[in-house]
Amino acid sequence: MFEALSDKLRKVLKDLRGQGRLTEAHIEAAMREIRIALLEADVNFKVVKSFIDRVKEKALGQEVIGSLSPAQQVVKAVHDEMVEMLGGTSTQLLFTRRTPNVVMIVGLQGSGKTTTTGKLAKLLAETQNRRPLLVSVDVYRPAAREQLSIIAKAIGQPALQAPQLNDPLELCREAVRECQLTGYDTLLIDTAGRLHVDEELMHELQQIKQETQPVEVLFIADSMTGQDAVRSAQEFHDQVGLTGVILTKMDGDTRGGAALSIKEVTGQPIKFIGVGEKYDALEQFYPDRIAQRILGMGDVLTLIEKVQAEVDEEKALELQKKLAQNQFTLEDFRDQLKQVKKLGSLGKLIDMLPSGLFGGLRITPEQSAEMEDKLKLTEAVINSMTLQERSNHAILNASRRKRVARGSGTSVAEVNKVIGEYEDMRKMMRMMTSGGLGGMMGGGGLGSGGRRKATKRRKKKKKR
Amino acid sequence: MPFWKRKKEDEFISLGLNRAATVEEQVIAQKPDEPEAGFFDKFKAAVTATRENIAERLDSVIGSRRKIDADVLDELEEALIGADIGVQTSLEIIDKARLQVRRNQLGDVDELKRLIKSELQAILDSTASHRKHGTVASETEVPLRIKPYVIMVVGVNGVGKTTTIGKLAHRIKSEGNEVLICAADTFRAAANDQLAIWADRSGVHLIQQRQGTDPSAVLFDSIKSAKSRNADVLIVDTAGRLHTKTNLMNELEKMRRIASREVESAPHEVLLVMDAVTGQNGLEQARQFAKSVPVTGLVLTKLDGTAKGGIVVAIAKELGIPIRYVGIGEQMTDLVEFSTEAYINGLFD
Ligand SMILES: Nc1nc2c(ncn2[C@@H]2O[C@H](COP(=O)(O)OP(=O)(O)OP(=O)(O)O)[C@@H](O)[C@H]2O)c(=O)[nH]1
Ligand SMILES: Nc1nc2c(ncn2[C@@H]2O[C@H](COP(=O)(O)OP(=O)(O)O)[C@@H](O)[C@H]2O)c(=O)[nH]1
Ligand SMILES: [Mg+2]
Ligand SMILES: [Mg+2]
Repeated sequence: MFEALSDKLRKVLKDLRGQGRLTEAHIEAAMREIRIALLEADVNFKVVKSFIDRVKEKALGQEVIGSLSPAQQVVKAVHDEMVEMLGGTSTQLLFTRRTPNVVMIVGLQGSGKTTTTGKLAKLLAETQNRRPLLVSVDVYRPAAREQLSIIAKAIGQPALQAPQLNDPLELCREAVRECQLTGYDTLLIDTAGRLHVDEELMHELQQIKQETQPVEVLFIADSMTGQDAVRSAQEFHDQVGLTGVILTKMDGDTRGGAALSIKEVTGQPIKFIGVGEKYDALEQFYPDRIAQRILGMGDVLTLIEKVQAEVDEEKALELQKKLAQNQFTLEDFRDQLKQVKKLGSLGKLIDMLPSGLFGGLRITPEQSAEMEDKLKLTEAVINSMTLQERSNHAILNASRRKRVARGSGTSVAEVNKVIGEYEDMRKMMRMMTSGGLGGMMGGGGLGSGGRRKATKRRKKKKKR
Repeated sequence: MPFWKRKKEDEFISLGLNRAATVEEQVIAQKPDEPEAGFFDKFKAAVTATRENIAERLDSVIGSRRKIDADVLDELEEALIGADIGVQTSLEIIDKARLQVRRNQLGDVDELKRLIKSELQAILDSTASHRKHGTVASETEVPLRIKPYVIMVVGVNGVGKTTTIGKLAHRIKSEGNEVLICAADTFRAAANDQLAIWADRSGVHLIQQRQGTDPSAVLFDSIKSAKSRNADVLIVDTAGRLHTKTNLMNELEKMRRIASREVESAPHEVLLVMDAVTGQNGLEQARQFAKSVPVTGLVLTKLDGTAKGGIVVAIAKELGIPIRYVGIGEQMTDLVEFSTEAYINGLFD
């Protein structure tokens, strides 16, 4: 999805390659392309201007480094400057010892505040041992408070129930009181969406802030926002005072240039990114990855880490042993499929890789969906087998196969196909065991990515 | 002219209802042929409200100069890009201007402004000729014997679909039509409750089912119900979805299939809702949604903010999708019909 951008940069690269020396004309030409690329990625035009000026200055002043081509040097300068700009002070939420620590969630209408409030509560409770209370002070949008209540229930965290109150400030006071009474140490306040030009409602935010003295005021911004991002972010920051930013809906294909704009005008760190509608779809923000995304360089690191997080190394080693001893069962086969599924959509995975990595291999959304459907079907078939059948497929005779087909809502032909595929994979894997875990992920690229990182980590462990 | 143009004269006058007309309905019913001055002004006011418009930016560089130079063109380019019209489209317009300047065809800045305005106008008007076979431009093109007139409302998350439906239902209903809303967002928390409140406000009936139900099932139900009530219009709310999610886009396509199977030529309208703050991704959104469902028009929401929503120009140019309505606030009456003139003038003055 980022082809246009990377192609342009590559073109710039090519034009500059082999020139030996970086002349001003080269830099100008490169910057023209980069300007367009940034504008197309929705970076605000004013931000683009100052950004380009800074990079130009740096690139021009630089001596040519021996190991880099001049072109690489320009791209590196652009990338480094962007990472520097996007990064900055702590991306952790900063808590103090008072009770409760208040986190205020603010932003425009529909940016994702309520969903993010739920995601944050879940994250804080599950990874930082905090005891959150959620409160919605959106008394304007129809069913806004119900929405947060339902989310709270879904994530198993408490939300303040005070249907008798209809004033945001009173709701805040009541919530703080509830925290102090009950011992919740973190209060997440979901505020109503508002336009930055709405003086009355912006004043309301100031009052809430005054009243609750939040440790964090987080601006929730839709990552698909265009040029106006600077204006809304600036106003929210000027009028309320932000401590951080969360970019939502990053699971789409937006390049997310708004990140750069918002960071530039507020100076506040981007703390998290929202990557889905489910409540665990909140991720850490990594400046280098977003820089690469804005520049269209592919999100290699995210991918590798994802693979890493999901693949249990011990299990992998055990599997390797099994393969060597020819004990790879249908059950193991299913485990592997599950891991592939856990990684998310295959298309998404491939998209995270730089387009050159697979020599231009691309999976269309249709192909990806097809593959995912197939994975689901295969899993259903194996689920319908008994444990005994799963550990020894040889006993699957015709009548057993018929039963499995009925149980999984498939046909005998489909069951046969799954078993056939399992046998193929087993054969293939046996051939590959001499080469380690390669191919275990069911896709060359994924497996090798995971393995590379895995070996690296193992080595590190030994050192310690 | 009334807002909703598909109705029988007599039904309109009598409102076709068993209850007393509201004050607003009476006002509308009394003068069905008056232009909607109030709404037009409201729209214009909304687009002009922002301080930093193109004309002002130009004035600031031009100063006392009358001649068009590179600075003026650069400023204009930035103004267009700043309105989210898109790099490609903006550059094309500026290149045209540059060429005319070089040929001495543009005398002064006023002529330059006129050229830009007419370029934008041409793009927005071109959507009429782009129309896909079998799609309708408005309710007037579907014979009255076909009932209900089905409007599907789609878009990415949080753009204003549900609110737009509340507003639309209110307008269509207040002109004497029997309107039914289908709550086919069975995914988002409290989506049903939100829509139920809008249905209540606008006084129309709502068909809903439990969260998690197949949206196509709710749609099927709603169509059945619409038929048995002899409803004129069925408006279908859908869950917000990113255009990159194949399974969710397939779900929309399935809904379209159900609609067309159950009602002749349905869905008659598919409105893609777009938030005015949307950047360049909006073009891809439109492209992908149009692949799954026959998008007949756009609704540009939140134009009461400072964003100009210029991506609709790029969408009109690339995909030929016209803009039908504009959202200018969170109240029930904050929906107006799109006007090319008002929109372009709003960008300039
Ligand atoms: N200022 C302003 N706010 C609007 C407008 N239209 C919708 N909104 C607000 O935008 C927010 C999101 O609107 P919804 O109607 O819930 O959007 P949706 O597309 O149905 O959202 P999902 O179903 O969650 O994807 C709400 O707070 C609305 O009040 C508008 O024209 N102007
Ligand atoms: N795909 C995706 N959708 C999101 C994300 N965050 C929020 N949403 C959706 O965006 C819409 C608006 O979210 P909501 O939390 O109600 O926004 P609010 O109006 O700012 O409170 C809902 O449909 C959410 O499901 C995200 O990171 N990815
Ligand atoms: Mg909300
Ligand atoms: Mg909705």
